[in-house]
Amino acid sequence: MKFLNGITLLLIYQLAGEVGVQLLHWPVPGPVLGMLLLFLTLLLRKGIAPSVGAASTALLSHLSLLFVPAGVGMMVHFEHLANEWLPIVVALVLGTVVTMATSALVMQGASRLFSSETYRDG
Amino acid sequence: MADADLATLWVYLSASPLLGLTITLIAYSLGHRLYLYANCNPLLNPVVTAIAVLIAFLQVTGVSYAAYFEGAQFVHFLLGPATVALAVPLYQQCAKIRKRLLPLAITMVVGVITGAGSSVGIAWMLGASLETQMSLAPKSVTTPVAMGISEHIGGLPSLTAVLVVATGIIGAVIGTTLFRLMRIKDEAVKGVAMGIASHGIGTARAFQVNKEMGAFSGLAMALSAFVSAVLLPWLLHMTGLL
Repeated sequence: MKFLNGITLLLIYQLAGEVGVQLLHWPVPGPVLGMLLLFLTLLLRKGIAPSVGAASTALLSHLSLLFVPAGVGMMVHFEHLANEWLPIVVALVLGTVVTMATSALVMQGASRLFSSETYRDG
Repeated sequence: MADADLATLWVYLSASPLLGLTITLIAYSLGHRLYLYANCNPLLNPVVTAIAVLIAFLQVTGVSYAAYFEGAQFVHFLLGPATVALAVPLYQQCAKIRKRLLPLAITMVVGVITGAGSSVGIAWMLGASLETQMSLAPKSVTTPVAMGISEHIGGLPSLTAVLVVATGIIGAVIGTTLFRLMRIKDEAVKGVAMGIASHGIGTARAFQVNKEMGAFSGLAMALSAFVSAVLLPWLLHMTGLL
């Protein structure tokens, strides 16, 4: 029952998010607004209900499973991917390395400059 | 006539959502078992194994992706509530996040621009079509958001979904090694970089490494989805690509 209540609440927040972005014409997807709404609720309540905690842990512990159906969609695009495989592969690999390294350096640098605490890194 | 019975059964099963759903779960659990068996070697990411097994199965049996997705959509749908659920780890790390709001904000903007800019730039230099470039632009953003952005800027949403998953896997595979080479030890910094560059798959990997890294990765993924949805269409417009 705990899990069921939790998943129901998550769906209610997702629904609220979907309705919100439609009404406000926001360019963000409904679930992202739903997450923000749930986060604000948790801040106001100053705590996580056990049901929400249970449902969230269950969903997030196998987050990568949820990407499998989209990934299998690759079979529809075999031809497109084969025609432009070089730019796609290089952009994917190099782009991801560059993005990750840049983000890490900026976060590290900015944390040293602006944070209210000193961090030991590296 | 056992053969005829089997053929009828197969026709029935391949048209039912049950098959797509069940094989998705079986393929993932095989992948997960292999991953644990290999001591969580990032090269054997369960998503890679599952996708490879499923595509091979569908090719051999001749089941179309559309028929498969009839069943797999139930798993795909859970991406929505899972995105909402990210509020929980976010809240748990709230105290740590509050101390680093400004660095986070700066990193989000730089990271999102770098993510889209590097992939579009590289693809353009190597002669990719405009459609491919636009499909690549939101590759670091979580699937539902990325598909929306792709559609908006003239990419192929379903191709973007594939590129997003590939990006997530690449990030999950190289992340820990990259951070070791860069001598980064701060879990928050690692998490943020992982979440910006490789969204939910990177976040799943980050949670396996460390809870703090996972929370920051989830936060970065959520924030970058927000920033990307607002910034990317505008940015591409400004640079004259759109």
